Formats: sequence, structure tokens, C-alpha cells
Amino acid sequence: MNVPVEFYLVLSTLLFFIGVYGFIVRKNLIGILMSIELILNAVNINFVVFNRFLFPEKLEGYMYGLFVIIVAAAETTVAIAIIINVYRNMKNIDVDSIKELKN
Amino acid sequence: MEFLTAYLTANNIIFFILAAIILVFGFLSVTTTKILRAATYLFFVLFAIAGLYLLLSYEFIAAVQLSVYAGGIVVLLVFAILLVKNLGEETEKVSCQKKLVSAIAAISGVVISLVTLFGFGFQNNESADELTANVNMETIGQTLMGVDKYQYLLPFEAASVFLLACIIGSVVVATNLKKEDKK
Repeated sequence: MNVPVEFYLVLSTLLFFIGVYGFIVRKNLIGILMSIELILNAVNINFVVFNRFLFPEKLEGYMYGLFVIIVAAAETTVAIAIIINVYRNMKNIDVDSIKELKN
Repeated sequence: MEFLTAYLTANNIIFFILAAIILVFGFLSVTTTKILRAATYLFFVLFAIAGLYLLLSYEFIAAVQLSVYAGGIVVLLVFAILLVKNLGEETEKVSCQKKLVSAIAAISGVVISLVTLFGFGFQNNESADELTANVNMETIGQTLMGVDKYQYLLPFEAASVFLLACIIGSVVVATNLKKEDKK
């Protein structure tokens, strides 16, 4: 017997809002990035589970999940490059202390 | 009692273990004050999600999850933390008011989503042979490389160009050439 689909969906909902909580509460840029990773993973679980349960003969949700992983990897590299650059210019990566775009 | 035995199958037990790991470490990852520990907890969460994909018998996406997320992104995050902050340095204390506001936002979101989810009434497919069938690599390769309907050559190529652009972009942003020329 399989795990019911609601179990997966409840799990991904909870994980998504854990990510949202972290996104609001964190001050550190890297912490915010980690919360975004949690959110993306929760969404990815949903894509894969819907593909498995609703449409198993084609691979639409599966491929979408794969491309989400690719885009998340690219997004993380660019975000980390920006964070390192911000740290070099301002010696700080807390969102409260980053107030100007141009120096 | 009957309810309990109906839910205690091997699949469900594995699912509950994985779900407990994901939720506990996910929560720890957003609440811990030490940022390096948060990265470690994130690693456990990503690992358990790969286990979830294996439970759905999607091996390839589990492997991709392990190699790209657990192997790549977490290592990148740890490198960034070590480059940016001193080891073990704590993040600033978060005020209670901000925590409260975020918790209210998150909990109200959870309530709304769960009400919608259980109100929808999903029909669970009882003939479950189809749901545990493996997807073999040949199918995945043809789906990625074909140009017909339900085949994804164009997104695949777009993803390669996109990754190249991201590599160049992050190198340009991180090296900060202008400043060093002036010096």
C-alpha cells in the first residue's frame, strides 16, 4: 500500500512555511538564501508527487522538478557571488546594515 | 486500533521517519543562531528529501538531488560562510516582536493551505502498481532529448546556455575587477 498523497502535500506545506518563517526572521543574507532553498525544495516535492500520483505515464512534473533544481543551483551561485561582493564593499552581510546601492 | 494498523505499513513508517527528519532539521535550520550549523541542518533536510524521491521510486531525480543540492549547493554555502564570517560567529539576536510576526504569518499560511488541501478531497488510486513502477534511464533520456510533445530538448538547451551565463556572471560579480584596476 502506498503513502496517501495528502501526507506528502502536508509535509511540503509545512516545509514551505518553515522556509517562509526563516525568510522573514533571518537577518543574515546567507540565512535568507538557505530559507529560499527550503522553499524551493518544498515546491519540488509537490511537482514530483503530483507527477507520480496524477499523471504517472508522462514525465511532466518530473522534468519540471529537474529544471527547478538546475535553476536553483544557478541562482545560488549568483547570489553567493553577490553576497561576497557585498561583504567586500561593506564588511557586513546583515540586511539591516545594507542601506545604499551605490557608494 | 484498526486505523493504526492500516497506517503502519513499511512505506508509511519510512515516510514518517523521513518527514520527521525533514521537519525537525528544517525548523532547526531556520531557528539556530549559528549560521554554519544552519548549513549542516539544511544538508540533512536535502538528504531526507532525496530519500523521499527514492520512496516514490524516482531514482534519477534522487541522484540529481543528492549530487546537485547535497553535494554542490551546501558545499558552496559552507564556503561562502567561511569566506564571509569568522567561524562560529553568531548572527544577531532577533527581536521577539519580529519572531512573533513571522510566526503568525507562517502559521496563518499553513492553516489556509491545509484547509484548502483537505477541502479538495484527493482520490487515492488503489490500483497502485503504476505508482511504484520505475522510470528507466532510456525513457528519461528520450524525454530530455526529444522534440515531440512531452519532450524537452528546448528547455534542456536553454538550461545549458543559462548555466553558462550564470558561471560568467558570478565570476564577473565576484572578482570585482574595477576596484583592483584603480589600485
